[in-house]
Amino acid sequence: MTPGREAIRSKGWWAAQRWLLLRRASQLLVLSLFLSGPWFGLWIAKGNLASSLTFDLLPLSDPFVLLQSLAAGFMPALSGLLGAALVLVAYNLIGGRVFCAWVCPVNAVTDSAAWLRRRLAIKTGRVPDAATRYWLLGAVFGLAALSGSLVWETVNPVHLLQRSLIQGLAGALAGGMTMTLSVLLLVFLYDLLVASRGWCGHLCPMGAFYGLLGPKGLLRVAASQRAACNDCMDCFAVCPEPQVIRPALKQDGQVSPVILDRDCTACGRCIDVCAKNVFNFTHRFDQRSDS
Amino acid sequence: MKPEPTHQQRKEAGALASQARRKFLNRIAAAAGGAGALALGSLFAMPPAAARPAQALRPPGALPEAEFAGACLRCGLCVQACPYGTLRLATPGDGLATGTRVFTARNVPCEMCEDIPCIKACPSSALDHRLTEINNARMGLAVLIDHESCLNFLGLRCDVCYRVCPVIDQAITLEKLHNPRSDRHALLLPTVHADHCTGCGKCEKACVLPTPAIKVLPRPLAQGALPEQYRKGWEEKERHGGSLIGEQVQMPVRGLEDKAPGDTRLNSDWKP
Ligand code: SF4
Ligand code: SF4
Ligand code: SF4
Ligand code: SF4
Ligand code: SF4
Repeated sequence: MTPGREAIRSKGWWAAQRWLLLRRASQLLVLSLFLSGPWFGLWIAKGNLASSLTFDLLPLSDPFVLLQSLAAGFMPALSGLLGAALVLVAYNLIGGRVFCAWVCPVNAVTDSAAWLRRRLAIKTGRVPDAATRYWLLGAVFGLAALSGSLVWETVNPVHLLQRSLIQGLAGALAGGMTMTLSVLLLVFLYDLLVASRGWCGHLCPMGAFYGLLGPKGLLRVAASQRAACNDCMDCFAVCPEPQVIRPALKQDGQVSPVILDRDCTACGRCIDVCAKNVFNFTHRFDQRSDS
Repeated sequence: MKPEPTHQQRKEAGALASQARRKFLNRIAAAAGGAGALALGSLFAMPPAAARPAQALRPPGALPEAEFAGACLRCGLCVQACPYGTLRLATPGDGLATGTRVFTARNVPCEMCEDIPCIKACPSSALDHRLTEINNARMGLAVLIDHESCLNFLGLRCDVCYRVCPVIDQAITLEKLHNPRSDRHALLLPTVHADHCTGCGKCEKACVLPTPAIKVLPRPLAQGALPEQYRKGWEEKERHGGSLIGEQVQMPVRGLEDKAPGDTRLNSDWKP
């Protein structure tokens, strides 16, 4: 049975989709803050996720891009450094991969691929080692240092997509869009046909970077009602990082019901699809549990 | 007491361990190899700095081309800060690192804002924040590239490129030359001076021809360089307050005695 069907029946449609829809809303909101300026002349955030200025006051920069530039041998300006420091502190507090679930525009693409793969019951392909993303992360910085240029940013789907949407429509879009669409299509097809959750879960160096940047964030999902779990496995089916659930749900190597693994993106999809209301959002130090 | 493992058992345990080790190493190798392949793939997607097309100009204060692609964060803040919509992001078709900022003079030139908002907006060192005087910007160099279609070279008085130059009479001057075709007129040749031209592109934009005769090119493309040891005699003379090699004997040019410079018609009484 499709994961989540049972939850919709017992909790109602909204309760079984709530976090998913709120996440999409959050991703769209971030994008629209950037788009309102170029599209409607209503400037809220200038720039893009790589570096931005909100209300002409708040500088925010992506530490992943900034570090690549540093590796390439260039010292950013003060506003860039300050912006990166703010982002660093924020994600360190809240949890690095919260970026993946709540901000990154590519998430909608890989979620769709995962959904379609489940729908079509595709089982083909081969999943790469989970450590591949860390190797790739190293390679990205290594390449930047060797070439003196931000090589990865030529293909990084996250910034490509954002950039094409925000600045591409204003200027010459044809070429930029082709590149963006082909990279996104590759990611989609890879996740659909080759590896389940392959891109975000095993390859994306940016996700890996944010995971390392905020491994002990406060915002967490906990299996507080784990005694009620009836082993339907729906949460494992929808989770972008299924390996993170087991320790908390099955008390495998830990007592705490909180999902502590840094790879958990705090997407809340497990909360949605669980018909037994096992999961809930909480903070890292919440030890309440029914078992 | 635990029995000593037999030779056979030991061998099996050893084989198992080495098998596990091999598997582990294989896994690492696959992960590293895959990551390396992917990273190298991204290298192919990036055009080399040397492939920069001639008509792609960088914003004021931009670092030299080889460095620009490493410093620019591709955020587009400079694009959005420009009140004239001069800048745009490079797309793969441009043959430049995608997402870095360029402008095309013939489309929208740089208006040379006094407060240089594009530099102020830049969160990186891609645009040099020490550049505060726009006249010192060196985005490129105007070159009167086509002497055969420039109207002034044809003897007309177009002068448009000269008139629109924000650094008029310094970056671009009209140099007077005898017009041998009509014999009675002057040619006023638009002449660009690299010491003052900012490369803003206003002259290229304004050129009245369907395809401009004056074009702004990236400086490395537009400029030659004298060899190190060359000295210009007239400059050395001025610096030292006199010729360094003493007075020179001035030899008359046979057949051109008493002629104005540039007038190459032979004297009527000249015989070879
Ligand atoms: S893993 Fe990468 S592509 Fe996926 S959501 Fe995170 S940053 Fe975005
Ligand atoms: S454990 Fe739950 S919140 Fe965490 S990534 Fe998986 S589905 Fe999302
Ligand atoms: S100096 Fe002014 S016109 Fe020129 S690129 Fe910068 S903001 Fe645009
Ligand atoms: S503002 Fe600076 S870092 Fe951003 S795109 Fe322009 S040159 Fe690059
Ligand atoms: S590019 Fe043309 S208009 Fe601009 S400073 Fe140079 S000569 Fe003048």
